[in-house]
Amino acid sequence: MSHDQKKFWHAGNILTAIILAGGLVLTFLRFYKGIGAVSNLDDNNPWGLWIGFDLMCGVALAAGGYVTSASCYLFGMKHYHSAVRPAITTAFLGYFFVVVALLYDLGHPWRLPYPLVYSQGTTSLLFEVGLCVSLYVSVLFIEWSPAAFEWLGMRKLRNIAVKLTLPLTIMGVVLSTMHQSSLGALFLIAPGKLHPLWYSSFMPVFFFISSMVAGTSMVIFEGTLAHKGLHRMMDETHLKEANGVAFGFAKAASFILAGYFFIKVFDITMDDDWKYLATGYGAIFLVEMFGFVLLPSFLYAIGVREKNLKIVRIASVLGVLGIVVNRFNVSMVAFNWQLPAAERYFPSLMEVGISIFVVTLIITTYRFITTRMPVLFEHPEYKDAH
Amino acid sequence: MENLIYTLHDFMLHTKTITYVLMGVALVSFVGYWKFLTGREEKMRKY
Amino acid sequence: MHRRKFLSLLGGAGIASTLGTTKAKAASNASFDGYPDAMGVLHDSSRCIGCRKCEEGCNTVNHLPKPEKSFDDLSVLDTKRRTSATVHTVVNKYNVAGLDHPIFRKQQCNHCMEPACASACFVKAFTKNSDGSVTYNGDVCVGCRYCMIACPYSVPTFEYDDPLDPLIQKCTMCHPLIKEGKLPGCVQSCPKEALTFGKRSDLIEIARERIRKYPERYVNKIYGETEAGGTNWLYLAPVKHTELGQPVVGKKSAPELTAGALGAVPMVVGIWPVLLTGAYAISKRKEKIAAEDQKAAVAQAINETQSAADDKLKAAMEKAAKDKEASIERETKKAVANAEKEFEAKLAALQNPESEEVEESSKPEGDA
Ligand code: SF4
Ligand code: SF4
Ligand code: SF4
Repeated sequence: MSHDQKKFWHAGNILTAIILAGGLVLTFLRFYKGIGAVSNLDDNNPWGLWIGFDLMCGVALAAGGYVTSASCYLFGMKHYHSAVRPAITTAFLGYFFVVVALLYDLGHPWRLPYPLVYSQGTTSLLFEVGLCVSLYVSVLFIEWSPAAFEWLGMRKLRNIAVKLTLPLTIMGVVLSTMHQSSLGALFLIAPGKLHPLWYSSFMPVFFFISSMVAGTSMVIFEGTLAHKGLHRMMDETHLKEANGVAFGFAKAASFILAGYFFIKVFDITMDDDWKYLATGYGAIFLVEMFGFVLLPSFLYAIGVREKNLKIVRIASVLGVLGIVVNRFNVSMVAFNWQLPAAERYFPSLMEVGISIFVVTLIITTYRFITTRMPVLFEHPEYKDAH
Repeated sequence: MENLIYTLHDFMLHTKTITYVLMGVALVSFVGYWKFLTGREEKMRKY
Repeated sequence: MHRRKFLSLLGGAGIASTLGTTKAKAASNASFDGYPDAMGVLHDSSRCIGCRKCEEGCNTVNHLPKPEKSFDDLSVLDTKRRTSATVHTVVNKYNVAGLDHPIFRKQQCNHCMEPACASACFVKAFTKNSDGSVTYNGDVCVGCRYCMIACPYSVPTFEYDDPLDPLIQKCTMCHPLIKEGKLPGCVQSCPKEALTFGKRSDLIEIARERIRKYPERYVNKIYGETEAGGTNWLYLAPVKHTELGQPVVGKKSAPELTAGALGAVPMVVGIWPVLLTGAYAISKRKEKIAAEDQKAAVAQAINETQSAADDKLKAAMEKAAKDKEASIERETKKAVANAEKEFEAKLAALQNPESEEVEESSKPEGDA
């Protein structure tokens, strides 16, 4: 018993416990004293880290769910099957905690269902995002539920959920297309506030395309992490297919990134924004385009050609970071670019703390689920049953 | 007087609301229509 | 242009009947020029003396908390200010190069003809009223602050320090007072007639008239006439509006900016399921063909082995038959030989009776 306790209280878990405790304190502060007490948000900068990271990055990085399930169930890539459940699990957790994080940012969190059930502002792209995200969380929950049902031994419910796989997958792709792109479309309404290098009438397309990169990169990246920490939970099929998944997704990500690079270039040309490249914002833009679009694309390609998993994994880290960089640039760095420096936004430590808290919650829940439920392995009773 | 629409915003509010309802209808009917479309196939395959 | 767009939308969608009378009437008003009798206010910077009386008036009629420094304290003007949750309007001082006196500009909600805040709000908290004002209903507000992102002039403010009921705050153009037939608070208090309240269409006429009469006093621009689809607050100034901290705002209104993306949504809903189901069907079909091919291959393989086995069997049988024949022949020959031998032995025995024992002992040998 004492030995077990010692094992449980290793460095990782102690850190987790500290973060969770700190997060609870911040949560108390946020809801007891208000948003102003914990954040640097103000009237000029109404959206900060909680939207730019928790919502924008959270949703994009949870795109692995629709990317994986679509390639397996719709495009017939059956050898990705063992990757579907982990991807769906992460996606479900990602979206669920996006909603949780949103509660911190909203002035009236308990009114979150209002746009759906009480007063529908259908002209708003945020309405579109809200509707899709709420539907998609439900879809993901059903898609994910067989893992829980198998764990709990609820055969009937599990079979019903599995039967719905195809329509749910299609629904998932439709909803993802809409809200991933709508997240970009949120900024269409503010052409004067977003720097021209990032503002484009094609922002919805950019966000959608890059969400696919985010999804594939995240599946690879997460695979790396899970292999380190949860190897013991993986069955043979998973281990056998994992490398194939990594290389397949790397190939996809590499080519999508190439296409993404070109549409960004076309956009700069069509808006004639070349002149901005010589400015400070131009430098940031170039770093994003070369360091976080072309570089990962190229690294992925090398990794695929050389059959080198290590390079692929490094590329996936860059791919994930690239999404974060892009979403940060759009929602924070290049937003309000015309304001004087003194009026610009920089997140407060407590905002960062709450974001870390939410990420830790996701990881903790992921570990809880994957160490218990058949996610990284197939339940012996349901082998080949799906 | 009330029924007149004076702003593009109000016009879009009106049309988008209807569109959203129709979108829901479309999604549901896709499932049903696909079932109808492939109904015979399924049966033949099963028996 | 709007009209044509509208009609094509109406025709294209083919849902005219669903739209009912509302649309039919709207069609006659399809250019969406805004409410015809909408009011507005014209602020003339060439008349404004920066006395802050309008700020005070606003504060009074809206029952806002009194500021630390009184409204008579003009030193406040030395720092640039913006509106906040408790201050719905501010006057700022601008020192423009080449002028010996500062220029003042008042700022507050511009009450857009196509309000970005209303377009952005996902719970319809904002309303564009027929009197031109844009008002806010805090009872439905979720506090997402997207309206603040959307407003091209960064007008809406938020009560960040209220944990329980934080609301958006902004100028209402004194909608309640207008309803009573009174003037907005700021307009009431302006001592210099720098603020003119009236029908927006009339205000534009007045502004044009002033520019025509005193071309040396104004730049030829009415800020707000076309900005973001037009605003009900209008501005005249002796210098370029950018010198007075007013943002460059395109002509496109918020609904025009978002229409494309919003319109793409139903297209995705209509076409994506078709394409995706198609992809599914194709991959299924491929699988089926692959399965059939495999089946055929297996069948062929079975056939081949079958016939090969048959051939072998046949050969074996033939061989067996031949062997049999041969062995019969051999046996016969053997038998014949044996018989001959026996006969000879018997014959010999008959001729030589002593050798009988030898014959008997040799018998098993022959059998073996
Ligand atoms: S100025 Fe801003 S807050 Fe006022 S009506 Fe226009 S968009 Fe809304
Ligand atoms: S903060 Fe309130 S008023 Fe503004 S967009 Fe959100 S819900 Fe609407
Ligand atoms: S009251 Fe009139 S003159 Fe005085 S600051 Fe306001 S607008 Fe200018």
